[in-house]
Amino acid sequence: MSELTAENVRQEVRAWLKANWDPNLSLVAWRNKLVDAGWGQPEWPTEWYGRGFSAELVRVIEQEFARIGAVSGAKSGIRLLAAATLLEHGTDDHKRKYLRRIITGEDTWCQLFSEPGSGSDLAGSTTRADLQGDNWIINGQKVWTTSAHHADWGLLLARTDWDAPKHKGLTFFVIDMHQPGVVVQPLKQMNGHASFNQVFMTDAVVARENLVSKIGNGWAVAMTTLAHERRRADGLRSGAADVDRQAIVRGSIHEEEARENATVMAPYTWYPQRAGRVDLALPQALATGRVGDPVVRQELAKLLSLASAAEWTARRARATQQAGKAQGPEGSLGKLVASHVARQAQKVHTLIADMNSMLSGSDGPENGIIAEILVSVPAVSIAGGTDEIQRNIIAERVLDMPKEPRFDEGPFRDIPRN
Amino acid sequence: MSGAINFAHTEEQSLFRDSLRKFLHAASPTSRVRQMQTTESGFDPQLWARMNQELALPGIAIAESQGGSGFGWVELCIAAEETGYALTPSPFFASSVMAVAVLNTIAPNDPLLARLACGEVRAATALLEGPAGWQTECFTCRVNQHRAVGVKQFVIDGATADVLLVFAADAEGIGLYVLEEATAVERQPLTVIDPTRRLARVTFTGAPVRIAGTVSPAQFERIIDLCSIALANEMVGGISRLFDDTLAFTRLRVQFGRTIASFQAIKHRMAELLLQVELARSAAYYAAQAVDAGAANLSYVASLAKSTVSDAYIFTAQEAIQLHGGIGFTWDHDTQLWFKRAKSSEVLFGTSAWHRDRMIRHLEENSVAGGKRA
Repeated sequence: MSELTAENVRQEVRAWLKANWDPNLSLVAWRNKLVDAGWGQPEWPTEWYGRGFSAELVRVIEQEFARIGAVSGAKSGIRLLAAATLLEHGTDDHKRKYLRRIITGEDTWCQLFSEPGSGSDLAGSTTRADLQGDNWIINGQKVWTTSAHHADWGLLLARTDWDAPKHKGLTFFVIDMHQPGVVVQPLKQMNGHASFNQVFMTDAVVARENLVSKIGNGWAVAMTTLAHERRRADGLRSGAADVDRQAIVRGSIHEEEARENATVMAPYTWYPQRAGRVDLALPQALATGRVGDPVVRQELAKLLSLASAAEWTARRARATQQAGKAQGPEGSLGKLVASHVARQAQKVHTLIADMNSMLSGSDGPENGIIAEILVSVPAVSIAGGTDEIQRNIIAERVLDMPKEPRFDEGPFRDIPRN
Repeated sequence: MSGAINFAHTEEQSLFRDSLRKFLHAASPTSRVRQMQTTESGFDPQLWARMNQELALPGIAIAESQGGSGFGWVELCIAAEETGYALTPSPFFASSVMAVAVLNTIAPNDPLLARLACGEVRAATALLEGPAGWQTECFTCRVNQHRAVGVKQFVIDGATADVLLVFAADAEGIGLYVLEEATAVERQPLTVIDPTRRLARVTFTGAPVRIAGTVSPAQFERIIDLCSIALANEMVGGISRLFDDTLAFTRLRVQFGRTIASFQAIKHRMAELLLQVELARSAAYYAAQAVDAGAANLSYVASLAKSTVSDAYIFTAQEAIQLHGGIGFTWDHDTQLWFKRAKSSEVLFGTSAWHRDRMIRHLEENSVAGGKRA
């Protein structure tokens, strides 16, 4: 076997694509070929459909796929978080049963962590799992569950021991979402979208073998999932590769992939608006003439400065990381600064739109996009960890200030809760 | 943009910073800063001599052909940041930053640069004539037949510098003039709230000057950019110092039986403060890199950095005093020294509001759409 250099890998994948890529195969048939060849998730271990490649080599493969428009393994939604969790904590049976269908896109997944009574305090979960015979019986309610309405499987965090301390009594399961004991209801947000769900579990059944890791080790497993979620959020902020559109031969598989993306990405259409759409501020100010207003000018410049400084701070963090130096404080601030940017953006959009800020839909500026910004921004400082939790994390982990006093030690049963 | 922006300092630049930090920590403690406040010149000539002999700071951004070190604006900004961290009162800003920015831009072959580089003379730049007006149209100071007449205000180190650079109107437009003799010129030190940065009023009554070059509007803008960027980096040094000292204080100060660092109200304020510190640092570092990369939008970046960092400095200085409590408002506590430097830096080279307006002007001039103007 030849040496594993970027160039060798490039030649190998290029030759393989030349021999195998067919834009008129079905999505599943094509992706099964990827799984068998190890190109579906090349960073996965060799014994589980991957090649154990570094991020650098994976990038080479992505470039080669993008170059000719070849469809990759399914990546969207939270399926890859499920896979990462199972690769680290699952049994061989779990891996055999779930991993291939994750890459082919046949199965979609959701994450059943947050509850009405435990948001920031995720370990305060009160969904219960009780072992009866060969099954775990699940009762409880989950919330903020993206894609639950079309998910086949759920990653479930539930309490199995009420006498153990809070973090020690949780266990991690894979639950079949298609069963009478699981009822999914859309959760409509203040911006009118319903991109999340509530999931009600009433005597829902999890087969004994669908326990992941050990009883009582659920918190550690959930931390694995969340660590991958954070890593992915960071990765998404990096740029896309340049692609020569001319070189791409399109076929029926692209239509099938577009349909898959439309379903999976539907919950996320308002996410750019939630972040404030800084990109629209200057064009709107110029187009409306509001740029002549001295207050608009000041607030717009503040917004653009803040957004640039935030981006440069992230770039500094990456440059430090690439230089192999110790991470400075700049790497921990991205989430908190995003809240500042979004709030300043909604202030600027309001100043620019003036009375039109009251109008939405086709009556509103930019066909309702501005209105969507104004009513979506409050989510930024809550979703994925509130600003208050972020400030605790920065103070305690970056600045090494004392930890918050705890009032939730001892048996979970005795801890005050919602 | 002609070059790429580096988002990390090189190994050499980091070592340079470390050696400066150590040097100034030992040579310029706040006890010494306070001593200098009571002197007439406001700085320590022996320390300045060491900054020249041991660190070659006066010529850091002067070309090697002129006897300088030939470093870029990034290295100069590192030095500025460290003098801001230690709050070292010295001729560095007036003579090694401002005068060099002026001469490098207008008269890069002027023999004065070589004399600045070797530390033979200290220069000051006479620019403003009133409390605002960072543009050449405001200048009423005139030169006729090599004689300068007029009044310049807010001249940094104007009472102590050996040489004065003077912006004045002449038959050609605006010229840069050099004044070396102390005849027909009155230099009046002004009473300042920040004694680490001395200001003077300079009155010319037919002082003999030589011309160094004519000043185009674009050159004048570039001088404002270079000075604003260096000042932004100096301010980042001060912000870092206030942050470090305040964080250390919260760990020591005990109230209600616990360190105040253990209160969530304090932790959250420190987290927000850290965010402002790092955003300011990013803006200042980016702007310094933009100079050396030859960025086409330097004015935009300079104004972004100056306004962002000024606001962060004032915020940090106010928070620092608040988090120290009563002792932070005393004369003997050092926080007030940086608070006053924050205040003097806030308006130097233009207020934040002025710079933000300048940013938008730049965008308007460069917008393809143009748009309707109100």
